[in-house]
Amino acid sequence: MATSWRVTLFLCTLLMACRGPSLASGESECRMARNSQPQTPSSDNGTAGEGGHGGGTVTTLPIVTWRWEHVKDPYLVALWVLVCWLCKMIIEANHHVTNIIPESALLICSGFILGGIIWGADKVQTFSLTPTTFFYYLLPPIIIDSGYHMPNKPFFTNLGAILVHAVIGTCWNAASLGLSLWGCQIGGAMGDLNIGLLQYLLFGSLMAAVDPVAVLAVFDQVHVNDVLFIIVFGESLLNDGVTVVLFNVFDAFVSLGGPRINAAEIIKGIVSFFVVAFGGSLVGVAFGIIISLLTRCTYKVQIIEPGFVFILGYLSYLTADMLSLSAILSTTFYGVFCQKYVYANMDENSAHTVRYAMKVFANGAETVIFVFLGISAIDKLIWVWNTGFILLTLLFILVYRFMGVFFLNWFLNRYRLIPLEFVEQVIMSYGGLRGAVAYGLAVMLDENRIKEKNLMIGTTLIVVYFTVILQGITMKPLVLWLKVKRNEVRDKSLLERVTNTLFNHTLVGIEDISGQIGDNYFRNKWREFEKKWLMWALMKPSVRKKQDQIFDVFHQLNLKDAVEYVAEGEQGGSLEFIRNESAFLDFKKKFEDEYSDMMPDIMTYMSNGTMSRDPIPSVSLEMHEQTMKAMREAEEVNAHHLLDQHLYKSRKEHRHGFSRNNFEINRDAKEVQEIFQRTMRNRLESFKSAKMGVTPPKTITKHTKKEQQKMPNGKSMDKKKSSYSGDEDFEFSEGDSASGYGPSCTPFPMRATNRTGAGIDNPAFMLDLDPTDSLQIPPWLLESELNSSMVAPSQRAQERLPRTPSNLDRLTPLRFSIRSSDTQQTDGDLLPPPPPSPPPTDNTQK
Amino acid sequence: MGALQSLPGQAEYCDLTAKTGFSFEQIGVLRKRFKQLSHNEETLRRDHFNEIHDLTFNPIRAQIIEAFFDRRNFHEDGQGKVREIGFEEFVVVMSHFRPPSLHMTEEQREKIRKEKLRFLFNMHDTDNNGTITLEEYRHVVEELLSRSGTLEKETAKSIADAAMLEVASISVGHMEPDEFYEGITFEHFLKLLNGFEIESRMTIRF
Repeated sequence: MATSWRVTLFLCTLLMACRGPSLASGESECRMARNSQPQTPSSDNGTAGEGGHGGGTVTTLPIVTWRWEHVKDPYLVALWVLVCWLCKMIIEANHHVTNIIPESALLICSGFILGGIIWGADKVQTFSLTPTTFFYYLLPPIIIDSGYHMPNKPFFTNLGAILVHAVIGTCWNAASLGLSLWGCQIGGAMGDLNIGLLQYLLFGSLMAAVDPVAVLAVFDQVHVNDVLFIIVFGESLLNDGVTVVLFNVFDAFVSLGGPRINAAEIIKGIVSFFVVAFGGSLVGVAFGIIISLLTRCTYKVQIIEPGFVFILGYLSYLTADMLSLSAILSTTFYGVFCQKYVYANMDENSAHTVRYAMKVFANGAETVIFVFLGISAIDKLIWVWNTGFILLTLLFILVYRFMGVFFLNWFLNRYRLIPLEFVEQVIMSYGGLRGAVAYGLAVMLDENRIKEKNLMIGTTLIVVYFTVILQGITMKPLVLWLKVKRNEVRDKSLLERVTNTLFNHTLVGIEDISGQIGDNYFRNKWREFEKKWLMWALMKPSVRKKQDQIFDVFHQLNLKDAVEYVAEGEQGGSLEFIRNESAFLDFKKKFEDEYSDMMPDIMTYMSNGTMSRDPIPSVSLEMHEQTMKAMREAEEVNAHHLLDQHLYKSRKEHRHGFSRNNFEINRDAKEVQEIFQRTMRNRLESFKSAKMGVTPPKTITKHTKKEQQKMPNGKSMDKKKSSYSGDEDFEFSEGDSASGYGPSCTPFPMRATNRTGAGIDNPAFMLDLDPTDSLQIPPWLLESELNSSMVAPSQRAQERLPRTPSNLDRLTPLRFSIRSSDTQQTDGDLLPPPPPSPPPTDNTQK
Repeated sequence: MGALQSLPGQAEYCDLTAKTGFSFEQIGVLRKRFKQLSHNEETLRRDHFNEIHDLTFNPIRAQIIEAFFDRRNFHEDGQGKVREIGFEEFVVVMSHFRPPSLHMTEEQREKIRKEKLRFLFNMHDTDNNGTITLEEYRHVVEELLSRSGTLEKETAKSIADAAMLEVASISVGHMEPDEFYEGITFEHFLKLLNGFEIESRMTIRF
């Protein structure tokens, strides 16, 4: 309620403010000053003319003046954007409504209301969507966004189908609609209209395009399967280019006039069609290359790094437009091409910023577009009603869309490996939503040459409303009713990714064996080419090696874990457990005792000093020789670090400051490292709890302490040991959980020192560690430096961290500290799965 | 020459069509390819596959080739490896990659799905004990990443480990003491790859 009040309030302000100019410049006055039409300052207006510099002679020094005219244009823009977004907010707040009616439809309806209010106040429509605003300010962000976030693989896999639909389908739609309407006019179905064949074709071409904005808005909420989605969406994106071209060609024809069009002109038209489409795409790719190269060096200006992506995208749009090539295609391919390299080259923060900002702009622009589509309707001037014309247009659009889609799919299905099913074709046809592009083009029509311009605008609006609102609302029920294969929204597991890669290679291999040249063959060739040339040219050397799908998932999973871990920790109280170093000191002794009898070899090993710390083998038992050396040297630094952490902790978090160039997210690099290590271990623990048959984490809390004490190092381990004793490499058994310590660890520590990696930790990520470096830099810092962008689930830093400045020889892994704080807390604690048999603090103190 | 060969071929073709679902035309194409690969011999050996030029760059070449000599993929209940295969086996193995027909019942779809996944599973499960052990899985991942040349063996290992870990936590939520996770069984494999539209994706144009 409060929000709607606010909206009304803003509206009132607006209305009062706008009365003056609206009287003066009438309907042509656009809503947004971005068009910066020269204003005729209406000095007679009471509110606007009051102050400012415009007033005649200054008799006295004004303390405050009212300078509406100065700020009017940007002010109105800002206000309108605000109002539109507020509308969206209100709509989104009513979730049960958006479940039934798509947001785009609701936005249009709110546009009706706003338009009505303005109309009621002004008696004339002051604001409407102008083509300039639409094509130069509102559309580009949306197109950049869709290009940049285009799922490339399905897009290129289905590129053939997409192109067929976008080019042939659109031409078919345009031609059939134009011709049929013309036929109907001759047949006398629409009364007396002053429209010739060419004008009808022009109208047909502007109505032909399926609108990406509308399609995306509706299909986003429906979740149809990938193939269907990409075909509809890809078609809507590419056919925008096609429509604009068609529109221009027919527009030129109309101005040439019927008699002067001969075969040569028509051929020129066709040629220009291809030039415009391909030229536009090429411009886009060129800009994509530029941005990729540019992002190789932007790391020095990280703070504006994301901006480059936007600016070049916009420039690609404008450049293509300047060359009268297809701007939409240009920007689309710009995004499609550069996404991979840009994402890889930029810092992770920048990449996130780009994605997020793109969504902000695109979503914002989309909202504004829909609202203004609604507002534009409330205008007496454009409504020239001709029932026959409007109804016939609607009918033809629907019918020909169905016919075109079915025919093209029938044709395509003969060559498709997986044919599109009938229901999918129905959805495709039904998804032919028209939107703002059609409206923008209609408004661009030249009134002098096309007498019935207003009728066309009105009809376009009706079609847009019909498709977006009615078809939008019925889309979801239809998809459900027809049982179209839908997409599950979920994360892919690592196994799936691995299998997927395996699977792709298998397909290529089998294709090679069968001697056929198929899609996989080309994809493979392209991938090789890309790896060899494009990546070399367009990617930073440092990130090239990380370009592996599997690795990427691995990374993502680790990140996710880290986030979850922190979240869980926060739920449980605080992150204090991460830094808690005192509680586990007692364990150390305890464990030492416990293990001394079980693992004599370890003890001797330790005592001879080679292995100066961490007698308790954990999963993270990952001891490079070099780091061992480094560790000792780093001790002092460690101590400093610890002191540092404790002493400055509180202040660090409240450090204020401002710098335009330096944007630091307040996070502790070391802390992040620690978190990663912990989460890796958690994964392992949960695995082991499954594997080793130790009771899963949650039941642990129910155990009495005695039970817990009984469990560790038990006999069950011996059995288990035998089960994989032959398996030298089976390092999962390196117990991180206390219960796993005994048998499984005995053989390992020696080996661990020689081997680069063991178990589940990620030694590979640290192989490039330079021992000399690590002498000076604390290991966690070192790691964060080397692997700043990737997860380094190394346990070393964590192992060292708990060291207190005092000269303790060995350390217990931090997890004990977790556990101790855990056990001291309530049972409902949602801390990550504690290892099976945590010896609680009080036990050890006994 | 072609006419002469096609005469005795027809009967065999009928047989194969029934068995694999390929059309005559497709079998003809495959026949040609088979001849080409085997240098006009009646059987194919591993060397013949090793000679295929395009295949040399495939990271999992070994697994793919082995799949052709694996009895489990011949739609029989056999086990173990063979040393050479005839045309029939060749086609049968190839038929795992046939696109599904348009109109299928749910059971058919499920059956095809299982068959295809079984093929993949067999590629992992080299010792044919019904589970993909960690060893086997690591091996596959290593091979997969070996060609990229930039990731070390250790990375492969840790990725395999993490994947295995995930599998274990997904498929076996709770295990009794004394149990340990031996590896991925086929049932788990099926379950894990539930969202993987293999029936439509594991297809090749023949």
